[in-house]
Amino acid sequence: MSTVVLLTLTGLGLAALYFLVASGLALVFGLADVLNFAHGLFLSVGAYGTWWASGNLPGAGASGWGFVLAVIFGVVCGTVVAALVELVLIRPLYSRTIEQVLVTVGLSLAGVALLQASWGADPRTYPRPQWTQELTEVAGARVPNDRFLLIGAAVIVLAGLLAFLKFTRIGLVIRAGVEDRSMVTALGIDVRRAFTLVFAIGGAAAALAGALGGVYAGSISPTGGSSLLIFGFIVVVIGGMGSVVGAAYAAVAVGLLQQFVNYTSPGLGDICVVALLAIVLLIRPQGITGKVATS
Amino acid sequence: MLRIEGLSAWHGEAQVLRDVDLFVERGEVVTLCGRNGAGKTTLLRCVMGLHGNQTGAVHLDGDDITARKVHQRARRGLGWVPDDRGAYATLTVAEHLTLPPVVGPAPWSLEQVHEAFPALYTRRASPATKLSGGEQQMLALARVLRMGATVLLCDEPTEGLSPLLVQQVGEILRRAKALGVTVLLVEQNIHFATTVADRHYLLAEGRIVGHFDNTDIHSREADLLAHLGI
Ligand SMILES: Nc1ncnc2c1ncn2[C@@H]1O[C@H](COP(=O)(O)OP(=O)(O)OP(=O)(O)O)[C@@H](O)[C@H]1O
Ligand SMILES: [Mg+2]
Repeated sequence: MSTVVLLTLTGLGLAALYFLVASGLALVFGLADVLNFAHGLFLSVGAYGTWWASGNLPGAGASGWGFVLAVIFGVVCGTVVAALVELVLIRPLYSRTIEQVLVTVGLSLAGVALLQASWGADPRTYPRPQWTQELTEVAGARVPNDRFLLIGAAVIVLAGLLAFLKFTRIGLVIRAGVEDRSMVTALGIDVRRAFTLVFAIGGAAAALAGALGGVYAGSISPTGGSSLLIFGFIVVVIGGMGSVVGAAYAAVAVGLLQQFVNYTSPGLGDICVVALLAIVLLIRPQGITGKVATS
Repeated sequence: MLRIEGLSAWHGEAQVLRDVDLFVERGEVVTLCGRNGAGKTTLLRCVMGLHGNQTGAVHLDGDDITARKVHQRARRGLGWVPDDRGAYATLTVAEHLTLPPVVGPAPWSLEQVHEAFPALYTRRASPATKLSGGEQQMLALARVLRMGATVLLCDEPTEGLSPLLVQQVGEILRRAKALGVTVLLVEQNIHFATTVADRHYLLAEGRIVGHFDNTDIHSREADLLAHLGI
């Protein structure tokens, strides 16, 4: 029983990371039709930004509010980079899919090289506040607190995104744009203005995933973003290519499946995730929810 | 007013509009009829800027808007009522009516919209795709009236509607016209067309092949029906 609880909470913790990566990918793809392979870069920027800030930024540190400040710094870096990527590189290439793929793939490779050049290819030890390493007993299982941190962060981001989409004017435009972009423009709305914002929001969520993923893993490396990005893409496809809620369901399914299978047969978890992807694509090619931002 | 000059358009290799000229005066209702596949929807999409592969020119109130983007055309008063009604599943009826910006001098108020379309008031909290086909059509019309669009591009607004609803659409169009709104209306139902429109263009295989007013449309009915394949 305690093993099941631990696996469930660890699976949900992973799901939280996947969701943070996938929510931005889903919105960017849903609204702007951009397959953003550079999304992993935003994650790495968040992780390295937090790591750098905890050692160098005045007031920031590896514990308590100092760590919160470091995370905020990392997230701000990720957000700014995402917005700049949209403005400078993606904006000239809308509706040119091949070029977009080339540019975003190239950018993610360049990002990895840049991080390696700056801080080396080897993993860096990541600041972990003491509290995250302590254990909390849940139904007989002793669960590291970082799981709760991940889950809490993802739930807050999910709730915030849904409220933003539901209750703001720009959220209304984004929901409509995800469903049918040309109709929105025919109503006199310049949807492209919303693209930068959606990139920035996605970049912020990915950067948060990077910052908190470092806490979970204990170290960060320049290539860490790409492996999380793969699962992010799988979650987006399973969830419905544009749906935030679909991404949340899919992230939970993928995280739990991976944890439980890896526990019973180590190494098989990733294969099962790919099998799940194949099954969903066969049965429901539109994903769990279809291309709808909030359902 | 709206003037289209030498408009040609292609779907891939296939040319679907050939050198189309037409105009609609301010406050006029003009129909565009023609059998299925004649190119009517493509023509409206070209006017709206939604069709990529086209040559020719579109003028609105004397200005050449050919190079304008879709949202800029809407901002200049073009109101698009698409054949699929353009309803969003994730937006409520009320949200549909607040989504578009006001683009013209005389937008309908929400009260006017609700008075003209009572169903949209009762169903204001429903997702728009849960409405009946007729209600969705009303919503598409209400949306552009709410924007204050001065030139409506209506693509078969009566298609699939009950006779009662067809009458309602007619009333709305006549009311808009009375307020000075210009309408280019794609319509297969000739009888309905004569009750709302001043003039009629006949489109066949991408060409304008006939131009009638309400008096000669009856005398040339046989000619027209032959073209429509009825
Ligand atoms: N997306 C498309 N790709 C290729 N060909 C198309 C496409 N849409 C329309 N066509 C072709 O272009 C021609 C004109 O189509 P259009 O939809 O403009 O006709 P229409 O007069 O509106 O017909 P309907 O009465 O059926 O609505 C038709 O021959 C149609 O087959
Ligand atoms: Mg049509």
